Amino acid sequence: MATLALTKALLLIVPAVLLALLVLPARRWRLAVAVPLGVALAFAASLALPSGILAYVVSFAIMGSVYALLSLGLNVQWGYTGHLNFGVAAFFAIGAFTSALMTVEAPTGIAAQYTQMAFGLGLPFLVGVAAAALVSALLAFLVAVPVLRLRLDFLAIATIGIAEIIRLIFQNERWLANGPQPLRGIPQPLHCLVRSQGCDWLPEWAMALFEPLSPRDYPLIYLVIIALFVAVLYLLVERACRSPWGRMLRAIRDEEASAAMNGKPVTFVRIQSFVVGAVVMGIAGALYAHYVVTIDYSHFHALFATFLVWVMLMLGGSGNNRGAVVGGFIVWGVWSGTAFLANAIEPLLALIADDLPRRAAYFRWLLVALLLAGIVLYRPQGLLREEKRVSRYLRE
Amino acid sequence: MATPTPQERERPTVVTRTARPGERARALVQSRAFLLLAIAVVFAVLVVAAQLRGVSAERLLSLAAWGVMLGGIIGLGSIGLTLVYGVLKFPNFSHGALVTLGAYFTFAFLAWLPQGEPLTPLSFGWEFPVALLVAMPLVGLVAMAVDRVVYRRLRRQNAHLVLFAMASLAMAFFLRSLIYIAWGPDFHFYYPGRPNPALTLPFNIRVRADQLFILALALVMMLGVYLLLERTRIGKAMRATADNPELAQVRGINTERVIAWTWLLGGALAAAGGTMYGLSSQLRPEMGFWLLLPMFAATIMGGIGNPYGALAGALIIGVAHQVSTAFMNPTYGPAVAFVLMVIVLLVRPQGLFGRSGG
Repeated sequence: MATLALTKALLLIVPAVLLALLVLPARRWRLAVAVPLGVALAFAASLALPSGILAYVVSFAIMGSVYALLSLGLNVQWGYTGHLNFGVAAFFAIGAFTSALMTVEAPTGIAAQYTQMAFGLGLPFLVGVAAAALVSALLAFLVAVPVLRLRLDFLAIATIGIAEIIRLIFQNERWLANGPQPLRGIPQPLHCLVRSQGCDWLPEWAMALFEPLSPRDYPLIYLVIIALFVAVLYLLVERACRSPWGRMLRAIRDEEASAAMNGKPVTFVRIQSFVVGAVVMGIAGALYAHYVVTIDYSHFHALFATFLVWVMLMLGGSGNNRGAVVGGFIVWGVWSGTAFLANAIEPLLALIADDLPRRAAYFRWLLVALLLAGIVLYRPQGLLREEKRVSRYLRE
Repeated sequence: MATPTPQERERPTVVTRTARPGERARALVQSRAFLLLAIAVVFAVLVVAAQLRGVSAERLLSLAAWGVMLGGIIGLGSIGLTLVYGVLKFPNFSHGALVTLGAYFTFAFLAWLPQGEPLTPLSFGWEFPVALLVAMPLVGLVAMAVDRVVYRRLRRQNAHLVLFAMASLAMAFFLRSLIYIAWGPDFHFYYPGRPNPALTLPFNIRVRADQLFILALALVMMLGVYLLLERTRIGKAMRATADNPELAQVRGINTERVIAWTWLLGGALAAAGGTMYGLSSQLRPEMGFWLLLPMFAATIMGGIGNPYGALAGALIIGVAHQVSTAFMNPTYGPAVAFVLMVIVLLVRPQGLFGRSGG
């Protein structure tokens, strides 16, 4: 039992340290404080929390990470360049289904009658993620080229349309990805660590470390993987946005005419930023697919995959990558919390009308819609403002 | 040798430059005729595809007739959309929710009113038009109320266009969740199980009487909109504000009042469109969202702010959508509208009736 807690704590160190780094302010002492804090947090969580609650926290953190990535991708598009992408769901879905098709083994024999798919290549996880990024980029490029040279608001209409069409395709085309039935059995990376026979490529001593874990504990390993993805993508996006390229994006967003007069290729740069954001969203989709194992078109409803992401980014602070990630976790927390709230008000609703309790879930939508309207009206800059100066060579 | 007269010398030299081949080609491609040609090509492709699948000409004609009816429904929705777009300069993503709300309001009033005998061959009695007439101004009031609470505040803050669009997205989900809470996620029918047999018109076109009613009502409302916009003061003020808000204000037009009337009119027409869509198929909470893309496509195709253009665009999109169902899954309707919209954006972003170079 003690070894199980120890292994869990060791696994939790990575996400806990990253969380500490995210929350602490950017000072010189940040790393020095974050590491011990993260280690302490990991051990405290592993030893003190009952396993059921720990499992809930882990699954919450994984979904929060997926949304943080979506919000980060949207930040490149909206926060830095001012693209109104109301079709986040399209890139999320295309990433998820691409990665699934690349990594699932095509069914044979009797199973092929139940699960139809265009192809199933059985490739490794990372290849699936890379393919998801690539296909998502391609889709973004195809959308961006006709629309982005026009007015800003046309992009919003076009993306809301493309998201709907992508969802319809995955709903109706049985040959492609088994729609409308779910596509099952998406492989989970490093799943062998929690199986009793273990991974054959791992040395004995390392395997001994993972010995106490059972398949039930797999989300812990996935949390480490996705936390690393979030960290790496965050650093990449942050680096890009603080580079001359990022400053060019902001110049085009704020003063298109003067950016063009200074020789910046406005349309081309807009397309670039749209594609970069879509790549991050596609990766988020792939990571979602490998976590939930079974996906179908209904997961990519405009509410969960577009609207919630917008609330996250607007709350966290558009134009601020840290705000985007923090907003992702906060709003995911609010959304999950309203589930309990909906349960709590059910008896109250039963007093008003008989069939109202069954519709309690829609009060969650109502709250989130009001949250977004409130942010737009009263604090459009979000929790963390955009930084005016982003180069570390420029001091105030 | 003729010496130039003083008048000739003073005349400024007019530099005429022959357009470069690229410019000339672009001007040709962006002309209205070319856009009409592109739309005609889309229709030709649809008809040929249907012929290859062995769809009879009579069935295609029937589908086209239904398409005109669907175009009327889309058109009623998109008139409000294009007016709001023209006057307030932002795409109102909550317009689909207004369409749904209108359909459900009519549904709610029908339950209150006593049910009369059906007016054969129509499937409904006198209470249906009454319920519709009550629902229309109510949805207009809802639209006005949303404007008061949300958009007017943004106007006062001089907010950027995108914040309006985002607020309208929030309002779309807000209204939709209210509809879900009030009526639940299930399908509803105005008159469940009531027969409505198809009539056979000349050329063997088969349509239901309800569909003819929808078309007639759409035409009447279009006529009303035409009279309102052309003959009344408020209509003229609306068109003036859509054309140039600053100039309208300078000329003494109360733009806030015009905006309120725009919402009222747009909401009422959206309610009519939604009710007719509900009559022709069924009531679903997502029905307005499903119509949103065709409505936007019609708006852009007709030129933003131009209600007659939106109507023309809606008819084109409605017919294209219905004809495509001859050989495609009908749920792909938004995709047909989307393809037409992308063609318009590629060829002539200002739309069929927009000014060139706009």
